Amino acid sequence: MSDATLLDGCSADYVAPATDRPARDDRPVLRERGQREVFCGLTGIIWLHRKMQDAFFLVVGSRTCAHLLQSAAGVMIFAEPRFATAIMEERDLAGMADAQEELDRVVSRLLERRPDIKTLFLVGSCPSEVIKLDLAKAAQRLGAQYMPRVRILNYTGSGIETTFTQGEDTCLAALVPVMPASDPQADKQLLIVGSLPDIVEDQFLRLFAELGITNVGVLPARNSRDLPSLGANTRYILAQPFLGETAMALENRGARRVEAMFPFGAEGTTDWLAAAAREFGIDEAHIARVLAPGRERANKALAKLRGELAGKRITFLPDSQLEVPLARFLQNELGMELVEVGTPYLHRAHLARELPHFSDAVRLSEGQHVERQLDRVRADKPDITVCGLGLANPLEGEGFTTKWAIELVFSPIHGFDQAADLAELFARPLRRRDRLEV
Amino acid sequence: MQLAVWTYEGPPHVGAMRIATAMKGLHYVLHAPQGDTYADLLFTMIERRGQRPPVTYTTFEARDLGKDTAQIFQDAAREAVARYNPQAIIVGASCTAELIQDDPGGLAEAMGLPCPAIALELPSYQRKEHWGAAETFYQIVRHLADKSLVREPREGRRARANILGPTALGFRHRDDLVEIRKILDCLDIEVNLVAPLGASPADIARIGAADFNIVMYPEIADEASRWLEKTFSQPAVRTVPIGVGATRSFIADVAELAGADPTPALGDTSSRMPWWSRSVDSTYLTGKRVFIFGDATHAVAAARIAREELGFEVCGLGCYNREFARDIRAEAARCGVEPLITDDHLTVEDAITAACPELVLGTQMERHIAKRLGLPCAVISAPVHVQDFPARHSPQMGFEGANVIFDTWVHPLVMGLEEHLLTMFREDFEFADEHGASHLAAHSPKAAKVAAVSEAPVADIPAPAVAEADGSLWTAEAERELKKIPFFVRGKAKRNTEAFAAAEGLTRIELETLYDAKAHYAR
Repeated sequence: MSDATLLDGCSADYVAPATDRPARDDRPVLRERGQREVFCGLTGIIWLHRKMQDAFFLVVGSRTCAHLLQSAAGVMIFAEPRFATAIMEERDLAGMADAQEELDRVVSRLLERRPDIKTLFLVGSCPSEVIKLDLAKAAQRLGAQYMPRVRILNYTGSGIETTFTQGEDTCLAALVPVMPASDPQADKQLLIVGSLPDIVEDQFLRLFAELGITNVGVLPARNSRDLPSLGANTRYILAQPFLGETAMALENRGARRVEAMFPFGAEGTTDWLAAAAREFGIDEAHIARVLAPGRERANKALAKLRGELAGKRITFLPDSQLEVPLARFLQNELGMELVEVGTPYLHRAHLARELPHFSDAVRLSEGQHVERQLDRVRADKPDITVCGLGLANPLEGEGFTTKWAIELVFSPIHGFDQAADLAELFARPLRRRDRLEV
Repeated sequence: MQLAVWTYEGPPHVGAMRIATAMKGLHYVLHAPQGDTYADLLFTMIERRGQRPPVTYTTFEARDLGKDTAQIFQDAAREAVARYNPQAIIVGASCTAELIQDDPGGLAEAMGLPCPAIALELPSYQRKEHWGAAETFYQIVRHLADKSLVREPREGRRARANILGPTALGFRHRDDLVEIRKILDCLDIEVNLVAPLGASPADIARIGAADFNIVMYPEIADEASRWLEKTFSQPAVRTVPIGVGATRSFIADVAELAGADPTPALGDTSSRMPWWSRSVDSTYLTGKRVFIFGDATHAVAAARIAREELGFEVCGLGCYNREFARDIRAEAARCGVEPLITDDHLTVEDAITAACPELVLGTQMERHIAKRLGLPCAVISAPVHVQDFPARHSPQMGFEGANVIFDTWVHPLVMGLEEHLLTMFREDFEFADEHGASHLAAHSPKAAKVAAVSEAPVADIPAPAVAEADGSLWTAEAERELKKIPFFVRGKAKRNTEAFAAAEGLTRIELETLYDAKAHYAR
């Protein structure tokens, strides 16, 4: 049986080739295609530009791209943000030479205004890709001009290529080639991959130090010019489940992945930290000793929320690719019942330690046909539905309780000490529903 | 290519969405890649709508390009019509789909759909949101209006008006409409149709039954109203009733077209703004320098109110929508300022900084600029923010709108007596002017607050560490004196003094120079 098996009753208008991923799990997946109510990869800039404090993101796109960034960020950022859009106009579309020259002009104006920028990302968009504007060439040309003061890289955040968090994936993948090569004779080093809130990153670094892993790098680094070294001695561990391309780029440079659950909840965080520690030959007793306090704190804090969430039925609409590990956490540690777990893209290899936790009763879906998916929500009547901002109020208007998915990307939710905060994000809408009398 | 951090307007297809979302029984099939659905959240989050906008996005991907994007469009259109059963659909392309040239209009026509399909040509790389809204509304009216309709004779019935312009995601459109209806009610005029807000395609068909049109927002409805004027000989009222004076002119214009007596509407006893403005406590408003920027209609109305109804001085006026620049130029001439026509918010920021206003009236963008500069600000125009959709009734139009405007604009200012106290007791550390207006903790400029409090007990005079004045030009004594001037006029005083010193050929600004300049520039 191929892994593209479709459930009965749902139109099979699209079946992906079964060969594009290893068949590690032959659970049926409902694959759908149609209108997708998700952001494009440009949206990742909203958190990436805060994470990398010396980097600037220049989207080469249309007014729509600029409007998206502004709307997704809310017009709430007071400082001048470290992103902007080079809006293509009619005359840029006329001839390609012009577009490249125009881009040079915009970049030089920008770098004049912001001498603090050390890395500039030229970010491709739907229109720049459709007209085949070669941003790699532009980055090379401009890089030759501005190095060493400014490094210029490019990646795509276009909606025709990337969904929401995949924009971080393509961005990090663009950083991999410029990571310095590590000494082949050097000791094994650990690389944490995926942007984490600074506070969470610091917690993990403290825990790894306590475990006895001393050589730990993070990608993306807070300072984009201070990238960790990379080579055959690198063992990397994914902190986010949406980093398929980055992982491939790392493997191509000799790094090997540490397979683990994702660090959500007490269980996931324990597994994630322990897997890395084992890779570095740390003994089990020491691992258990170091992880016990954090795990106990997490379990204690989660116990208070279990009463509110246990037995509640939840549906995830596709958004950030965080859906599978989050659903596992809510099911295993809070006793929630999974109705449908939708994800924009199911990376079976990276989720190999997550998916076996789901029973056959859980409907796993990939891609989206939003109308049919909403029909299923109406039929399933879950207690809470996790969805994007475009759908949340309309579903509330129909009487459904919802949780905005985007908050899961913008809040510190990884690790032991955030496990209860993560559960709280799901408990609060339910508590609010019960509390309001109007 | 234009470098933009923030934009005043979205792309034109967002304008089309504002029309579609305002209407009932209409569906928009938009040829667009994944990600363009972000626009839904403008309506569901900013405006807090409880329904999805009636828009189907085709959601094509890179691998579809050059293969079957046209088929994807037709499938999406067929499915949307089957599911939503609309009376009519509008079809078009977003910026990316425009490049692949699938011709959604032609494709829809070829499908033989059971409802009219109106094709929209919205050039994304030339035009913007307001233009897209106006063009969409015009195309809808032109396609759906029943041109065979013959208006009943005027005798023996009430006059009938169409109210044109209110859309989804409009700045106070919901509440303005209530005020316009109130005025028409008072004049005993029947509302034939409100559009696009709340109108269905079937309603649009009888648009020709009205005797005249009221163009609430020229940015949206002007184009359609000109076609209606030609096609159905419907004259239009284009006076925008924002402010007391404009509301009076509007009532007079409407009454004339309807053959009605304007007296009952003009005598609205809830119009408090004129007396509030004449009340002696408002004396301190006289000559306050105000910088105005927004869409042309709101900016022009604001300038007139500022000058004639609050006694302010307009020190800057501009708009971001080039299409209506002429109106701004005319009003700027009346104000005696250079008009600022730009959609680059950095240029606007420079202009505000240079003008040293005491109040900024602008969009959410200017609110940020004002916040950075520590200036009081009130929002008068789109682009909108969730705060621009208050739960309470809060119009801009009509006499009630003028009441609201008085409160909204005066509220951020430091009040009359407080202003005097700040001037008199500049060195009271708990009363430092950096605290801003005492009733406005949330809006007051925060800068230097900590420094002011911590330094005050040590020295009577605030340490001259603040780089307000250029040390090389200003003597320490003059610089200290400059800091005694309240912050809301300090920038102006500094600039004037420096200009005065330059004109007099002085290389040093002494205490005396400051007062010489004050006398020189005395109003």
